[in-house]
Amino acid sequence: MSVRQGLLSVLSLGPNYGYQLRSEFERRTGGTWPLNIGQVYTTLDRLERDGLVRRGASTDEVQVLYEITAAGRDAAHTWLTRPVIREGATRDELAIKLALAVTIPGLDITALIQTQRSATLGALQDLTRLKRTDDRGDLAWELVLESMIFQLEAESRWLDHVEGRLTRIRDGRDPDPGDAAHPRPAERPASESTEAAR
Amino acid sequence: MTAAPVLRLDGVSLQYGQGSTSVTALSGIDLEIRRGELVAVMGASGSGKSSLLTVAGGLVRPTSGEVIVDGQWLSSLKPGQLAALRRRHLGFVFQDFNLVPALTAIENVSLPLELDGWKTSKAHRAARDALSTVELAEQADRFPDDLSGGQQQRVAIARAVVGGRSLILADEPTGALDSTTGEVVLRMLRGRVDHGAAAILVTHDARHAAWADRIVFIRDGRIVDESAYRGVETMVGRHA
Ligand SMILES: Nc1ncnc2c1ncn2[C@@H]1O[C@H](COP(=O)(O)OP(=O)(O)OP(=O)(O)O)[C@@H](O)[C@H]1O
Ligand SMILES: [Mg+2]
Repeated sequence: MSVRQGLLSVLSLGPNYGYQLRSEFERRTGGTWPLNIGQVYTTLDRLERDGLVRRGASTDEVQVLYEITAAGRDAAHTWLTRPVIREGATRDELAIKLALAVTIPGLDITALIQTQRSATLGALQDLTRLKRTDDRGDLAWELVLESMIFQLEAESRWLDHVEGRLTRIRDGRDPDPGDAAHPRPAERPASESTEAAR
Repeated sequence: MTAAPVLRLDGVSLQYGQGSTSVTALSGIDLEIRRGELVAVMGASGSGKSSLLTVAGGLVRPTSGEVIVDGQWLSSLKPGQLAALRRRHLGFVFQDFNLVPALTAIENVSLPLELDGWKTSKAHRAARDALSTVELAEQADRFPDDLSGGQQQRVAIARAVVGGRSLILADEPTGALDSTTGEVVLRMLRGRVDHGAAAILVTHDARHAAWADRIVFIRDGRIVDESAYRGVETMVGRHA
């Protein structure tokens, strides 16, 4: 998401000064996305340039009051009601690391997965402790926290899945797609060496 | 901590069957659990989680090793003593619930108390309280067959915690529950533990295991790793 859409959504609730807008944004996201004030003003300048906000009639000599325009209100509404589409290709370090690890001979993948699982569960324990000992009743903060909890849970399930697949392949219950489709360089027949050289 | 552990497993191994068809379900398990501790056990299907619980709960004798509950060596107890220890100190949530079909929800929950000599009226009051902690007060007079799977599971949980047991052994207690109902159960279990009980929670669900103080990972009947709450401040901001 962009800070831009977030600030615009907050401005749709009423005009704000920059520093006020920042604290309102942070309050409404449970403090999980801290902004620096320079970032807020840069974003407001761009929103103004694009006709989504304008300077309001300020009673303050120094501060500029920002208010949303009709176009800005439309843009905020569109963002809030449209589904979020994640980018297709993963840049997730863990996924890439494991994908590479299974192709590298001599690595103990089971141990690697367990080390990661333990770390993932540890982080999950930390977040869960935060969640269950919190009694401020800040729904925004809890929802963001829970989203992180569910992501870690998904990571742990994925690790279980990877381990399960590797176990089945090791036990010969499933064929090894890696060996069939992508022979390792050392195992390539000599006749393929020209292809390997490309 | 200096308090004696509520549960201690000392080099516990378990074999089912004998000879060529025997299965080693547990090998050399060492585990200690103290008051105020919730320990989660995770592992693939068939790794020995349920076996661990049944041995810890004195339902099955280990092939070798010792199980010590509240300072008592289970191997030294006579069957009657073992049964009494189980009734008073142990709450067991079975993977398949194990409710008595001919008894209503509240009767299922109060049964262990009545077997232990409680007056029916007092046992029913305690059972009703336990049922309401799992949000089932309304269903107290229904038979298991007239309850959904998740409701039956919660009756089984109420039965395990009723009467203030010191050791709760729960095998997949949230397996049939949706995410928020599962959380009601975990909050309740956590509450019991925070008030001085000890518990083992077997689960496949990392989100539920994360409610524990320690997570023990088992593979092929052995403990392979452990993860503990580290007390680290995480990256999740909180405004003042
Ligand atoms: N009564 C029994 N007789 C013989 N073998 C058994 C018995 N109970 C369990 N086993 C075997 O012991 C091993 C451990 O089983 P256990 O039920 O403890 O696994 P689990 O981790 O609880 O699995 P799940 O996640 O599927 O419940 C398995 O290989 C299983 O087949
Ligand atoms: Mg089991």
